[in-house]
Amino acid sequence: MGFENFGTVSFTAEAKVADFVTYLEQGKVMTTRCKNCGAKYFPPQMDCPRCLGTEAEWFELKGGAKLITYTTVQYGPSGFEDDAPYTLVIVDFADGLRTFGRLSRDIKESDIKIGMELKVAPVKQANDRISYEFQKA
Amino acid sequence: MDEDVAIIGAGQSVFARKCGVSVRELCFQAYKEAMEGLDITKDDIDASITCSAPEYDKQRTPSGLISEYLELTPKPAFYVESVCSSSSTGVRIAWSLIKSGLHKVIAVIGFQKMSELTSREAAERMGRGGDIIWESPFGVTMPAGYAMYTRAHMAKYGTTEEQLARVRVKNSSYGARNPKANYRKELSLDDVMNSNVITSPLKMFDCCANCDGSSTVIVARGDIAKRVSKTPIWIIGLGAATDTMTMSGRKSLTGLECSQEAGKQAYEMAGLKPEDIDVAEVHDCFTVSEILAYEDLGFAKPGEGPGLIDDKETYVDGRIPVNVDGGLLSKGHPIGATGGSQIRTIVRQLRGEATEAQVKGAEVGLVHNVGGVGQYGNVTILRR
Ligand SMILES: [Zn+2]
Repeated sequence: MGFENFGTVSFTAEAKVADFVTYLEQGKVMTTRCKNCGAKYFPPQMDCPRCLGTEAEWFELKGGAKLITYTTVQYGPSGFEDDAPYTLVIVDFADGLRTFGRLSRDIKESDIKIGMELKVAPVKQANDRISYEFQKA
Repeated sequence: MDEDVAIIGAGQSVFARKCGVSVRELCFQAYKEAMEGLDITKDDIDASITCSAPEYDKQRTPSGLISEYLELTPKPAFYVESVCSSSSTGVRIAWSLIKSGLHKVIAVIGFQKMSELTSREAAERMGRGGDIIWESPFGVTMPAGYAMYTRAHMAKYGTTEEQLARVRVKNSSYGARNPKANYRKELSLDDVMNSNVITSPLKMFDCCANCDGSSTVIVARGDIAKRVSKTPIWIIGLGAATDTMTMSGRKSLTGLECSQEAGKQAYEMAGLKPEDIDVAEVHDCFTVSEILAYEDLGFAKPGEGPGLIDDKETYVDGRIPVNVDGGLLSKGHPIGATGGSQIRTIVRQLRGEATEAQVKGAEVGLVHNVGGVGQYGNVTILRR
C-alpha cells in the first residue's frame, strides 16, 4: 500500500517511503535518518544525496513542536471544495526538523498564535483516508 | 560593463481575461511590437526560445508551432519552462547562446492562454502546484504559500494588512494608465481592505489575476545590436537561483532566498549596488511579494520593506520606483509571458518611451521574476 489514501486528495501512490502511511495507520508519524551518514530528513526519503546512501531508518516525530507560520485557506483546489476553510501550518520540531501539514479544526483561527506549542498526531478521515495533523500540545 | 549582448526589441500583447484569438495569433501581437522599427527581418533571427507553463497549454510542444507561424523554420526552436519566471529564464538562455557564439539574434517568446482551460481544469492544476506526495494532499495553493510568508513577516516585523494594501493602491494607480493592463481601475485603500479573504491574511485585491497574454524579447550580439537598433539596452547583470519545492524545506519564511541569491549574482556581474538601480520591475504576484522583493533585492533592509511603501518611495518620483506599469497586480499574470512583459517595461523606461509613467533620466533598470512560491528566482539588470 502506498500514498493512494493519504491526505484529502492524493495524486500518486508509489514511493520507497510508502511505509510512512503504514506507520500512520499504526498511530505514529515517522520520518527518516540516513543509515550511513545520519542525516535526518523531512519529508522522509530513503535516498541520501549527501552520501549517496540508499538505506534509511525510521524514527518518530515527537516532542515539542512550535508553530512557525500558518494560513487559513478559504478556496481550495479541485477535490477540496467541501474541505475549505482549512488551516495549513509550518511547524518546527525541537531537533530542528521543519514540517508542513494541517492544523486541527479544534483550534479556532482567532486562537492561533505564531510560536504556540503543538504536537503531531495521525488522523483518520472519511472514506478510509488517513493523514496527520497538528494539535494543541 | 560588457557591451556583449543587448535587447534590441521588446513587445507584449494586451493582457486580458480572454484574448479571443489562438495562441499563435496571441504571440504574433507581441512579436510585431518587438520587431517593428528594427533594421532586421525574420531572416536575421537565427533561433527562437518559446516559454510557457505547459500544464496550461492545450498545444503540445508549442515552440515548433510558434516557429512555423513566424516563419522562423528551419532555425532551431527551443522551449524553456520555470513556471511564472519562464520568459526571463528564456532571456538568460538567449544571452548564453549568443555569448557562446552559437547564435547571433534570438527571439524569446513567452505566452499563456489561461482561458483555454475551464475553471475546473484550472483548479485541478492549482492542486498540483505543490509537492504532490507531501504537500498537495493537504490542499496547498500558491496564494497559501505566499500567505504563510506574509504571516511570518507580520509576526517578525509587525507588518500590517494596510501596508500590503498600499502596494495594490500604488500599482492600481499606474495600471489605470497602462493600455496593455488587464485591470485598469484605480483602487482605494478601503477597496483593498474590504475585499474578500482568499487565504488569510491575503484578500482578493492582494492577489493578481490569471489572464491571457504574450511577450517577445529580441536579444542580439553587441555589434549587430549597435547596427540595427537606435537604442540597444544592454544586459549587464544576470542572476538565477532556486529554493525548495516543499514549503517545509524553506529555511527562511520572511524572505525569498531565491531572490536574494539571484539578486546578489546580478549585482556582482553588473558591478552595481541596489542604490544604483533607477527603476525596477518586481514580481508582485501578491502584494506581499512586492514587499519581500524590496528587502530581498536590497532596496530596504530586512523588515523595512513596508516603510518604503508607507513613504511612497516606490512611486514614480520616489527613491526607487517599482512596478510603475501596474505590476502583475494590475497587468495580470499570463505565466509564461510575465517576465518578458516586465523586461519590456524596463526597456521602455531606459529608452525614455514610458509615456504613461516615465522615471526621469532612468539609465539602469532591474527585472525580478519569480517562479512558483519562490522556487525559481531570476534577476536581470539592464543598462541604456
Ligand atoms: Zn547519508
